[in-house]
Formats: sequence, structure tokens, C-alpha cells
Amino acid sequence: MNIYNIIEEIEKVDPDFQDRISPRRAAIKNITSFGSKVAVAALPFALGTMIKKAYAQTAASAAVLASLNFALTLEYLEASFYDTAVATSGLIPSANLAFIQSIQADEDKHVTFLQSAITAAGGTPVAKGTYDFTGGGKTTGPTGKGPFPDVLSNFQTFLSVAETFEDTGVRAYKGQAPILVGSTLLTAALSIHAVEARHAAAIRYLRTSLGYATVKPWIVSPTATTLATLDKTGVDSNDTGITQVNANYGGSTSITTASPFIPASPENMTTQNATATSATAVATGGVNILTLPSVESTTSTTVAVATAAFDEPLNMADVVAILVPAFII
Amino acid sequence: MQTEPLLNNNNGNMARRSFLRYAGAGVAGVSLLGAASSCHKNHDVVANTATDVGTGDFAALNYLYVLEQIEAAFYKQVIATPYSGITASELSFLTDIRDHEVAHAAYYQAVLGVSALNVTVDLSTINFTTRATVLAAAKSFEDLGVSAYSGVGLNIVLPQYMVLITTIASVEARHAALIDILLGDDFVGSDQVDSNGLNISAVPSALLPTINKYLKTKISATVLS
Repeated sequence: MNIYNIIEEIEKVDPDFQDRISPRRAAIKNITSFGSKVAVAALPFALGTMIKKAYAQTAASAAVLASLNFALTLEYLEASFYDTAVATSGLIPSANLAFIQSIQADEDKHVTFLQSAITAAGGTPVAKGTYDFTGGGKTTGPTGKGPFPDVLSNFQTFLSVAETFEDTGVRAYKGQAPILVGSTLLTAALSIHAVEARHAAAIRYLRTSLGYATVKPWIVSPTATTLATLDKTGVDSNDTGITQVNANYGGSTSITTASPFIPASPENMTTQNATATSATAVATGGVNILTLPSVESTTSTTVAVATAAFDEPLNMADVVAILVPAFII
Repeated sequence: MQTEPLLNNNNGNMARRSFLRYAGAGVAGVSLLGAASSCHKNHDVVANTATDVGTGDFAALNYLYVLEQIEAAFYKQVIATPYSGITASELSFLTDIRDHEVAHAAYYQAVLGVSALNVTVDLSTINFTTRATVLAAAKSFEDLGVSAYSGVGLNIVLPQYMVLITTIASVEARHAALIDILLGDDFVGSDQVDSNGLNISAVPSALLPTINKYLKTKISATVLS
């Protein structure tokens, strides 16, 4: 067997093969360690294992595509929301128009980017949906009569819904990040996640500066939670002043499908990096932020700081339950 | 220098450069040739005093921990010696940010334990007396942090640590947007957000020179790409 010929044959169909089996820097490190441990006679088996390992990542692409299409679903919602708002005469005061258009431009670009990324990754982008921005959907009454009936005629209501969409979008991207470990799409997802967080901070700032609310650019939960008694409904996590959106700030089931399970913590979680042995088990361990040193105290940190300094993930199922069919009908 | 075949395997000769192409495949019995003996130069030996971030996922966490230490030190100084004319609102925002960064740094230290890379920060190049210079520095640090968090991800293997960095990453982005707004800048300006609407991202090696400017004890990150 001539392994050089085998590698060359594989390279013909996969030009990236060299990097898959050994990124250049790692190649230099691997020279003495792997070579000294493996006798040439054992190579055929090792070669097979190595090749399988090299392609293991592409087997995860179905999960990655599902993740990207989920992101696209959310971006369609946001893009349509801002496009509709900007086109609705009389809704956005001219002094605030550029602010909103900045966000609109990003969401439109996110849609285009994700459509291209999904196609390039061999998937099929989902289609744009149909929306009820009042949050009425099909289960809480006739479409268009949801908890935010004047979302497109009252700028204050519009900003309330905008803030909710942005904060929830941040949590949704965050919940997908563990699924994208090692993926070529990870950095893009993290980059969009950062932009949505910029949006969320900006909308919060605007709501407060216009006197519509007293919210910070970050989520400051009123009351802490414990790992054993998670604030699932979000009533103790929601700082927006919009009582209808508690669920967007709450926490529910775990966000990974393999141990260690990571709790989809409510926003008022003050123990970070705890893990669980199953999707429904109570998480343990982690770091209790409340006991960390702060400027004010060498032995404690306040609930306000502990909750605001960390944003929490939400899993796909929970985001879908919040948005569908209320907003995405 | 003559290129010599280093390994014969079924009549496959291999020049030294192409040896590297197959190195990862575990070719046994190969060793690198040392430098040719005919070349001599007098090099001053410069001691490498940088501390490395380490290996594994902790390398990425240490890298981010160093960033948080810089930010915490910066904002502590901002609040300790506020710029002239600071408003109550600005003081409140900047105090919040300070407290977040202090919490982030303390958190990383707790997670990293004995592996934590504690650094001494150097803020001597920053003018803390004026609003313009303080907010410009704040913007630089926050934007740097957001690009660092966005660009470090591929170094992380454990999903648990991926979650960890993202719980903080979005808060840094919130900070960045707020500082932009205080400066009267676009919170998603083209200096930070590209034409696809993605925040710019940078890998650790690209940011280390800037990061090291603010450290008395320099750091290196050999395993991070």
C-alpha cells in the first residue's frame, strides 16, 4: 500500500483534505509524537480511522443547516418587521428614522447572507413567512388583534416589540452556538449574534431616552433565581416593563442534546456554567456570581450586576414556542 | 542545499518540503533535519518573557480573561478619576460597565482556577481627563472585545465553553453600542459591521499585538488560531 498515492487520490476529490487531516501548524507539532507511536505496519487501520475522523464534521452539517434555517426564520421576521415599519407612514418620527433604518439595513443583509450561506452549504433556505406583528397569531384571537394592536401606529408599542425581538434574537443565536462548534459557519453566527446585541442595546437606550421605559442597554433582572427553582415563566427576569413578554426572558429546557446538558437559564440566572446530567435534571456546579468579588465588596456581587453581566441562551424549541404562531403565523 | 529523499516507500521519494504535506498522516521514522552546519550567525539571545495562554479550551478562555482584565482595569480607573464634565447618566452607564467587566474577570478567574493567567495592565497611554479620550478608549476596548469574542470561537471544542463565551459576548456588544451612542456614532457603523451585516471578527493572533500594548506582562497564544 502506498499511502501517498491514497492521499493524492483523496485530494483529487477533496482539495481541503490536507488541512482536514493536519492543519499546517498542527502538522509541525504532530511530526514526532504521532510518528514515533505508530509503526508503519499499523498504518492502514490508522489511516482509515484518520480519514473517518477527517470527515466527521461534514456529517454534522444537517444540524448546522437546521440551525442556519432557524436563524433565517428569525431574520425574515425581523427584516419584515422593520421593512413594514419604515414603509408605514406616520409611525417612526423623522428624528428616529435613521436609527431604525440602521437596524433595518442589518436585518435585510442578514437575510441575504443566510440565504447564500445555506445554499453554499448545500441546503435549501426556508421561505419567508407570514407575520402578525401585533402578536395575535391564530390562537389568541383573530389575526391582527394580539397584545400589541397598535404596533404599527404607535411608536412606543413598536419599540416594545422591537426590543423583544432583538433580545430574543440574541438568546436564539446564543442557543445555537453550541451546535455550531467547529463549524465553518460558527464565526458568522457569532458575528450576527454580536450585531443583534448591538441592536438590542440601542433599542433599549432609545426607549429610555424617549421616556417610554426605564431600561438599561443590558438586561437587569429584578430578582435572582436558583438552579433548583428556575424562573421558567420569566416573571422575575423580565426588566422591560412589557408584561406580555415574560416568556422571552424566562428559561426552560436544556440546550444541548448530549451531556453535559446546559440549562437554558432564565435571564435572572446568577450561577454561570452549571451543567446537568440530563435535559430535565437540576444543573449543578458552575460559579455563583453573587459570591464573586466586586468593586464594592471583596465577597459579593449584586443581583443587578450578576444578571446584567451575562445574557442567557434559549433553545430553538422555546424560541419557536414564543414566536409561533403569535408572530409567525 | 541539496534536497535529499528522506523516506523511501514503495518507490515514493519525498523531497523535504513535501514531507510536511504528509506529516500529519503519521509517517513513522521521519525526523526533521536540523539547520545546515555551514551557516553561522551571531544572534543576540533575547529572552522570551511572554506568558502563554496555555492549551485546550482554557487557552481561549485565558485569552478572553486577559481582555476582561484590561477592560476591568480601564473602567475602574474611569470611575475612580472621572473625566471632567461627566454627567450623572454617563457615570451610571460607565459604572455599570465597570461592574460587568469586573464580574467577567472574576468569573473567568474562578472557571480557570490554577490555570488563570493573571496579568498586570498598562493604561499609561490613555488620557483619563477628557470625555473624548476616555470614550474613544472605551470604544476601542469594547469593539476589540466584540471582534475578539466573534473570532475566537473555532478554538473552542466543548459546547459548555461555547455557551460560556457567548453569555458574555453579547453583553460586550451591548457595551459597544452604548459607547457608540454616547459618542454620537452609529451603533452598527461600517467600521465595526461589514457589508453582510456581520460584526467584524478577528482571530487571537491578529489582536495580540494590540492587547499586549496594554499589558506589562505580555502574553502569547501559541495554540490559538
